[in-house]
Amino acid sequence: MAGELPFEMPLVEMRKKIAELQQFGAEKGIDFSDEVARLEERYRVLEEEVYSNISPSQKMHLARHQARPTSLDLMGFIFTDFIELHGDRLFGDDLAVVGGIGKLNGIPVTVIGQQRGKDTKDNIQRFFGSAHPEGFRKGLRLMRQADKFKRPIITFVDTKGAYPGNTAEERGQSEAIARNLLEMSQLGVPVICVVIGEGGSGGALALAVGNRVLMLEHAIYSAITPNGAASILWKDASKADQAAEAMRITAADLLEMEVIEEIVPEPRGGAHRDYEATAAAIKDSLWRHLQELSTMDSAELKEDRYRKFRKIGEFSEGQQELLSQEEEALDEEPSRSL
Amino acid sequence: MFKDLFQKKRKYATIPSERQERSGGPVEGERPKREIPEGLMSKCSKCGTIQYSKELEKNLKVCPSCGHHMRLNAAERIAMTLDPEGFIEFDSEMRSIDPLQFPGYASKLEQQQLKSGQPDAVITGQGSIGGHPVIVAVMNFEFFSGSMGSVVGEKITRAVEEATEKKLPMLIFSTSGGARMQESILSLMQMAKTSAALARFGEAGGLYISIITDPTTGGVSASFASLGDINIAEPGALFGFAGRIVIEQTIRQKLPDDFQTAEFNLEHGQLDMVVHRKEMRATLIKLLELHDVKGGF
Repeated sequence: MAGELPFEMPLVEMRKKIAELQQFGAEKGIDFSDEVARLEERYRVLEEEVYSNISPSQKMHLARHQARPTSLDLMGFIFTDFIELHGDRLFGDDLAVVGGIGKLNGIPVTVIGQQRGKDTKDNIQRFFGSAHPEGFRKGLRLMRQADKFKRPIITFVDTKGAYPGNTAEERGQSEAIARNLLEMSQLGVPVICVVIGEGGSGGALALAVGNRVLMLEHAIYSAITPNGAASILWKDASKADQAAEAMRITAADLLEMEVIEEIVPEPRGGAHRDYEATAAAIKDSLWRHLQELSTMDSAELKEDRYRKFRKIGEFSEGQQELLSQEEEALDEEPSRSL
Repeated sequence: MFKDLFQKKRKYATIPSERQERSGGPVEGERPKREIPEGLMSKCSKCGTIQYSKELEKNLKVCPSCGHHMRLNAAERIAMTLDPEGFIEFDSEMRSIDPLQFPGYASKLEQQQLKSGQPDAVITGQGSIGGHPVIVAVMNFEFFSGSMGSVVGEKITRAVEEATEKKLPMLIFSTSGGARMQESILSLMQMAKTSAALARFGEAGGLYISIITDPTTGGVSASFASLGDINIAEPGALFGFAGRIVIEQTIRQKLPDDFQTAEFNLEHGQLDMVVHRKEMRATLIKLLELHDVKGGF
């Protein structure tokens, strides 16, 4: 398969070796099947090793993989009867955000997603998935519409961030993001958000204020892209890999910090290896969460969403806390000396 | 000879450099300068005019020559805006920890705390303006570029919840470089947390006035700073989401000088008004009066 990332190269090498051996055997009429079987066994071990220890920076590359399924790819597998709707009714139709109505297991839902392009031309039209204010406002319009008709909302997050351009600033990029955060917190219907690729900064959050936030196994989510962090911290954007390791951007990190509720497993090697399997896993998870949320009325849904975000943050409350920490440390002392 | 004696006096005024200020005396190896007490004179960072610091203070740190509004720290802002009596600070002991064990963060925090004498980048509390009780949050750019991590988010959220509870107007003076990178995702989530608190406050009928001061960008501009029932900025204040350099790299063009200034934002419909620092207190009192919120909303 094409499109392997550098960390997958040992696997590529080994596959090549096996193929060469098979070919050589066929040409010379020698039976290498024992050797091939041995190599294939070693390959499986190596594969297990490579894919069970994917580092944060490797995940960053997987999340950005050109062949990774986009929002529209996944929507096609997950929802039936999907009808795309367009425009923010204020300025224009931002193709970096797609949305519409479809059915999830027969239930009408509003679906909104950030949409990267599939090729260069598509990417230019879609600003590489970085929305202008009209994109966020289009999303908000569809969410208000969903609220009106009591349709659950499902969003797919996949963006490096909001579009950083003069036109976006002139039309109120800050206000557009802020307004979404405020209004999403007040929606009276279930909101489930899935980070499917890269969740970058405020542009990602502007579609991710959900009762449940899920992440694909190799997706990443952070306040600033690792490239941006590297250029601020070390004045060198090329140190993105290094920044990625420090920033706690992986699904496992975010689950531990209780920022997300669930990790959706990906096929071995990443979502781009099998769109259908990826979509099936997302659908399964969405359905489960939707059923849970469906038992809540609109006031409970708002309260649930408020509580989810209200509790995020880690800090100390001064002297008292410091003292209790010291006491804890003292309590631990004897066990340490053992 | 005589000409030398009568040269413009201004030439001899020494402006204490930061290095001198810290070491408390002239830097070694430099020619001793004329005895002028430290901090006596100040220079406008925009037009370069030199003036007596005391005069500048009296002028609310606005350059009398070009009108440039110099940055204020949170304490200065509170002293200048609120009634002198009765300010009660909330959560004054709340401090950042290093939740992600981010390289260099713990020591940077300590350094920022020592430098500013503040535990983090916002002061919150209850006070009054012209006799109108209000809940305020005042950000401090001097601390870690006013960046928002867990502490800023939590203090502002608690202040907004307090305002909702007490039925008092909420005023936030913003100044920030954005989300605090060293707390990564936790910082980002503070945008949602503060905005959600403001949504509830708004639904309860509370008046929120957002005062945007120089500079307000990134995660703060894209959350509570943009969500005022009334958005006010100080003249010349930088207010925008993305940084100028990033935008110039994206669009491969030079941006005009006034890009993202308060005036630019007013012109593009993002602000209700641009208010001179001298008029700020009076404007706020007038707005509070118009909302008739003396007895709570």
